[in-house]
Amino acid sequence: MTDAPTDRPPPERGEPTTTAGKLRLKQKAGGIIPPILTAIFAFFIGGLVILASGANPFDAYAGILEGAGINWFWDHFGNTDVLDLSTFNLTQTLLRTTTFALTGLAVAFAFRCGLFNIGGQGQYTMGVVVGVWVGAYWSDALPAGIHVVVGIVLAGLAGALWAGIAGILKATVGAHEVITTIMLNWIAFWFASYCFGQGGPLQNTRAGSESVPISDSVYDNGVFIPILWGDEGLQALHYGIFLAVAALIAFYLVINRTTLGYEVRAVGFNPEAAAYGGISVKKNFFLAMAISGLFAGLAAAVDIFGWKYTAGTLDVQASAVGFVGIAVALLGRSTAIGVGLAAFIFGALDYGTTRGLDPEVFDPTLAGNLSLMIQGLVVLFVGADLLILYLWSLRRKRFASPRMSGKGA
Amino acid sequence: MTAMAEPLGAAVVTPKRVGVVGFIAGMLAFWVALPPIHARSIVVPVILAALAVAAGVYAVRGGSVRVGWSAIVLGFIGLGLGYLATRSSVGNLEIVFTWSTLIASMLVFATPLMFASLGGIFSERSGVINIGLEGMMLMGAFWGIWGADKTGNWITGVLVGMAAGGLLGLLHAFFSVHLRADQIIGGTAINLMAIGITGYAFVQLYGTENIPAGVSEIPRLQLSFLDRIPPDTVGNFLYGAFGRLSVMIWIGFLFVIIAHFVMFKTPLGLRLRSTGEHPRAADTVGISVYAMRYFGVTLSGVLAAAGGAFLSVGVISSFNENMTAGRGFIALAAVIAGNWRPFGSLFFACLFGFSTALAFRLGDAYRDSVAGLDVLAQMLPYVLTLIIVAGVIGKSMPPASVGRPYTKQ
Repeated sequence: MTDAPTDRPPPERGEPTTTAGKLRLKQKAGGIIPPILTAIFAFFIGGLVILASGANPFDAYAGILEGAGINWFWDHFGNTDVLDLSTFNLTQTLLRTTTFALTGLAVAFAFRCGLFNIGGQGQYTMGVVVGVWVGAYWSDALPAGIHVVVGIVLAGLAGALWAGIAGILKATVGAHEVITTIMLNWIAFWFASYCFGQGGPLQNTRAGSESVPISDSVYDNGVFIPILWGDEGLQALHYGIFLAVAALIAFYLVINRTTLGYEVRAVGFNPEAAAYGGISVKKNFFLAMAISGLFAGLAAAVDIFGWKYTAGTLDVQASAVGFVGIAVALLGRSTAIGVGLAAFIFGALDYGTTRGLDPEVFDPTLAGNLSLMIQGLVVLFVGADLLILYLWSLRRKRFASPRMSGKGA
Repeated sequence: MTAMAEPLGAAVVTPKRVGVVGFIAGMLAFWVALPPIHARSIVVPVILAALAVAAGVYAVRGGSVRVGWSAIVLGFIGLGLGYLATRSSVGNLEIVFTWSTLIASMLVFATPLMFASLGGIFSERSGVINIGLEGMMLMGAFWGIWGADKTGNWITGVLVGMAAGGLLGLLHAFFSVHLRADQIIGGTAINLMAIGITGYAFVQLYGTENIPAGVSEIPRLQLSFLDRIPPDTVGNFLYGAFGRLSVMIWIGFLFVIIAHFVMFKTPLGLRLRSTGEHPRAADTVGISVYAMRYFGVTLSGVLAAAGGAFLSVGVISSFNENMTAGRGFIALAAVIAGNWRPFGSLFFACLFGFSTALAFRLGDAYRDSVAGLDVLAQMLPYVLTLIIVAGVIGKSMPPASVGRPYTKQ
């Protein structure tokens, strides 16, 4: 579990030594097929679980799709003026897609550098604390537009700082980022619980709610992101979705078109080889973690300024968006397009299995846990690309065609 | 110092030893202000802290950098804490530092970590990283209490929990040994799935109600003879600390001894360690690497689940979603800090257990005087884990082939 120099045998030439490097290789071998099979597998096993608990999986999945507002696409596609249930559900799905795309990028960027950032949750939480502090507790002397931008930037930096701690520890003493980020998650968890809790510095100042562990509202302070689609009183979709799109594009450009991206990928593929080529592994470990944290902090910013407006101890303690980011990044293969698509799938799954789901069709408390299981299965199968590729190659052998048999998996 | 005396002095007063003395002085700086000594003047902690820093500087200049810096840092921490302690009321200090209660409480919090870290040792010594300890503990926690509830007997309950954890361990073994999946991702998948599975089963089996009251609990072992040991204060202390401990705590100690014996004194342990150090060599002499790794990882699931079952059946007699709260990762840190040895990790499990116990006592004592301190204090074990992981990492030496899948030839 350490990365301190040991007497391990040196890697063979050209062979990737890190998780990310190996996955890149497998991905090239398997293309788009493994992620699709992975998702199908995970949902299939989820269906078996539904069957085991006595419900009809097809009805349950149809209910989840409807709960996620996917039926909008065939009911009113292209018509954004109808404000019915399917529109509402779809906007809720897109709200979550925005968050998950950013937390997904938080995992994906570190992954490209060979680091496994499972601290997205803590980085998100620190972003929430700083976002609420700036948005709701700073005086409204700043013009609202600038205030929002300052809030978003500082929330992002809070995430970057929090991840940066793990980055520095990795770079200097070689502490494994999985353990340090998990510990930072829990420290952030209790720190935020303290801030928003009884007598905490960010607990609300409203008369009569002194015992409620919730912060003041950034909305009441006039600091929020404007509405894009939906009814303003009912958690509508906000312009923050464009921030997520911009982040996806920035991710693609930085990774594929800049020196930083080249170095990050080189370290991710094989740190020893990268160091031999004159790239500072330590610097890239730190930068990759900090940039990852920046994405997670931005996810918090769009949530706070876009639609949640307040944060409370219960919100902080129940939130799992950082962990969804892991499944999003792995299913999306740590590519910009993949993360965007996976974020939509998990956004739909998240809303469709909880509040969007009709309790008559399937119990939402059960379904919420079902979506956790599906996330876990997705991660499991992505980790086991070999299984997927093996099954796929069996299929290839059975329907062997001369064109395909040349490519080894 | 004369030239004649120098060789003799150099042999006895090495920089490292001076550093260790400084380390102890730093701890004493805090300790003297606590019961039963109760130094009420700041002078004593200041002198001890100064001694610690001076010894630390001497050690650093003499080349013992790590010990020296530890002494310096501990000197300052000891001074700060000592100052706080002299400023606190004696009554509050008595609440927090009733040593017998604190030690009993430490052992309660250390036991789940003890079991899980033994599991971690078996898995990692066989060559498989087990990030999934957390999820395996959670499985043990839920299925343990479910078993105790359904069978009406805590023993079968704990065994059911251990079997559930073993199944998850078997799954991890299958993915990391046979499918050669990435072990970190596989472990993360195990954790996500465990949250989903236990949450789903909890809702499915218990609905909106919690585990009914009156579930068979793990009994305490009454050692009333300890109370009669003269003198009275010692007897009271021994009885308070060790006289009413849960049976599982003693079983935990027993397991540590057995694990040490098995790991280092039996052919089985030698085989297990050889597959983690050099699987090819082990294979060459006829040891089945796959069988050893399956054994290690499955056993780690069983042991981690025993720790989880202790939490639910032994401590709170109930179940909450995600109740293990990062303990699996703390156990993993104890494995690393304890150098992959049962007694080493026992020490760190006790240290982490002590910090948790202290956090709860601090919260109890200062809940009314300092708002939110009880929440903030909960960070303590996680901060300590972070510091220890960062501090010891370069010194600990993992099994040479841990995390590297083995391919049979």
